[in-house]
Amino acid sequence: MGLEAKLTSDGFITTTIDAVIAWARKNSVWPMPMGISCCAIEMMAVADPKYDLARFGSEVMRFSPRQSDLMIVAGTVTYKMSKVVRKIYDQMPDPKWVIAMGACTSTGGMYRTYSVVQGIDQFLPVDVYTAGCPPRPENLINALMEIQDIISKTRGRDFQDKPLLEMGFSKQ
Amino acid sequence: MELKEVIIEKLNGTLKGAVLEVTDFRGDLCLTVAADKIIDVCTFLKSDNDLEFNMCEDVTAIDWAKRKMRFTMVYHIYSLKNKFRLRLKVNLEGETAHSVSSVWASANWYERETFDMFGIKFTGHPDLRRVYMPEEFEYHPLRKEFPLLGIPGSIPLPKK
Amino acid sequence: MDNRILKDESNSQILQALMADTDISIDDALENEMILNMGPQHPATHGVLRLLLRLDGETVMACVPELGYLHRGYEKLAENMSYMEYIPHTDRLDYTSTMCNNVAYVLAVEKLAGIEVPKRAQYIRMLMAELSRIAGHLIAIGTFAMDVGALTVLLWAFREREKIQEFYDKVAGARFTTSYTRIGGVAADVTDEALAMIKNFIDNFDPAVDEIEKILNTNRIFIDRLEGIGVLSKEDAIRLGVTGPTLRGSGVEHDIRRSNPYLFYNEMDFKVPVYTEGDCLARYFVRVEEVRESAKIVRQTLEKMPQGEVRANSPKKVLPYKTEIYTKMEELIHDFMIVNFGMNPPVGEVYSAVENPKGELGFYIVSNGKGSPWRFKIRSPSFCNIQALPTIIKGSMISDVVAIIGSIDPVMGEADK
Repeated sequence: MGLEAKLTSDGFITTTIDAVIAWARKNSVWPMPMGISCCAIEMMAVADPKYDLARFGSEVMRFSPRQSDLMIVAGTVTYKMSKVVRKIYDQMPDPKWVIAMGACTSTGGMYRTYSVVQGIDQFLPVDVYTAGCPPRPENLINALMEIQDIISKTRGRDFQDKPLLEMGFSKQ
Repeated sequence: MELKEVIIEKLNGTLKGAVLEVTDFRGDLCLTVAADKIIDVCTFLKSDNDLEFNMCEDVTAIDWAKRKMRFTMVYHIYSLKNKFRLRLKVNLEGETAHSVSSVWASANWYERETFDMFGIKFTGHPDLRRVYMPEEFEYHPLRKEFPLLGIPGSIPLPKK
Repeated sequence: MDNRILKDESNSQILQALMADTDISIDDALENEMILNMGPQHPATHGVLRLLLRLDGETVMACVPELGYLHRGYEKLAENMSYMEYIPHTDRLDYTSTMCNNVAYVLAVEKLAGIEVPKRAQYIRMLMAELSRIAGHLIAIGTFAMDVGALTVLLWAFREREKIQEFYDKVAGARFTTSYTRIGGVAADVTDEALAMIKNFIDNFDPAVDEIEKILNTNRIFIDRLEGIGVLSKEDAIRLGVTGPTLRGSGVEHDIRRSNPYLFYNEMDFKVPVYTEGDCLARYFVRVEEVRESAKIVRQTLEKMPQGEVRANSPKKVLPYKTEIYTKMEELIHDFMIVNFGMNPPVGEVYSAVENPKGELGFYIVSNGKGSPWRFKIRSPSFCNIQALPTIIKGSMISDVVAIIGSIDPVMGEADK
């Protein structure tokens, strides 16, 4: 069923460069675990033996933004924290994706208060929102699969001729 | 004699007029102390050999909104020796209180938190800064007139 | 010192505090002091704790913690909602051990309202709190070991923790944020099937702890990195008001379960582990022994658990059962009143404290007789334990900072409130 089974039957495949790159990219998403609060514990559970994120090629959690291409924002983002989250997002190399894990990051959740940002999409482009407070590990895996879906549809020329600023290289 | 009576008797003996009111609700002994005597009372309670209230568990304030003496300071102190918890209350005239961080070092951060949340200033505090909110924030969230949802635009968000 | 940094940095007050701290000074001809910012996004700070360190070479000369990156306004929220509504919020205080917070909160409200809770409900609460303590300490031990380089233990600890969460899933309907307790009892009775599940878990639990201990206690790197590191003396611990394993690791025998018993802890047979060294290793040993003691309490509760009601009979204050709401008029009215206007406790104020995995969690509630509290204060253990960090860290090496934070085990959810 694997790749080599397919290759041995025909001997060769024809495809586009975009498809190959997207296929490789989507099966090796390196997450940057932006663990802020409660969701971070469930995010840890996803990487652990029972749920095993390694099945999706994403077990390498990188705490350095320079080495990752998916940011999982897990936990309530306050106004004070928002600058930090944005700075880390800016440091990630393009192309990059963002999962808003849980109710707090998506909408502010149960914290309709003076210090909590009511949804991180006010200052970050979010690709996938995950419901739950916190989402069950299965739900985060589902979000990761959605991201893989999005990645498989990207094409190389989408990223071409973009000014550096848009590619995530900020002036700071 | 029960410990509660001992505490009151000792305080009335050495610091006359310091304890204004004694309440006992659900087993929590609470003493209201005169504002200018709080340091003396705390020092006495900590250093007395029978009482030894050596741990300060909590310092906070209550905002009574419309009352004339608007703020009340609340201290929870604990005696490891007697396994007993005592609450002290001080009604404040204005927005200034005496810092007890010279008596218990742990009061330091609790007073900073109270300053952050209520805007009460502490005289004699070594390092009175905000704990939770950003430094440039102008308001004090736990005051009753501050809305739950905050004041829009008071803390800037990064650009998208 | 370099004034340029002070001007550039928007949070100038923190830096000033850092520079003002001159307890330790080392004569260095090169004067190579530097400021290192650690966090709020750092894998070893367990959340969003930020530390500013002033370094001389590799020695930390001053440390100023900065909090508030997770300040969610819990106390303001409580003033704007009824007592019942607030239960889910307590889950997210110390999110590594949710049940403990649930129990602590309802105990405080019950003390205020004067509700007598049936014995079975109290036993269930005790069972849940102890399981939660095990879960919290497992994360603490696992991440602590990970911080000093032993990743295996984290995976093993999580394997055991998953079993507790499965059990929560069964009784409370949620793996993680349980919100299981109710004012005057618990949400639902525990079934025999669930109890059998937890009995099975606890019977096989000791070998799992043995396994963890075996891999850590015989590991020379682990011991060498922790022994004599981050010493907090007994006097300092009391002076700074730290609680929980940090206090007991410094030689003070203080456990609220023992000194001011709540629930039925006075009927339980358990030991309060105390170590006098006050270093990181002592705090780790305290946690491991506490896990074993908690397992012991769980076993005793399973044996002694009585039959009976799980919710108090006090219609004006305690939410009725769902089945009764649908069939009886009176219960429907009570349910309507409690949900919409809240139960109205008497005018007064209480402080109720319990022993949480991290230390003393206290709730101070001022009631003016209305459905929501006038003032609600959370005395969170992590907040005060972090206050001791500058004292502990000062004078140690930069690489030890990670181990020290791990041994204190702060949870920012409750430290920042």
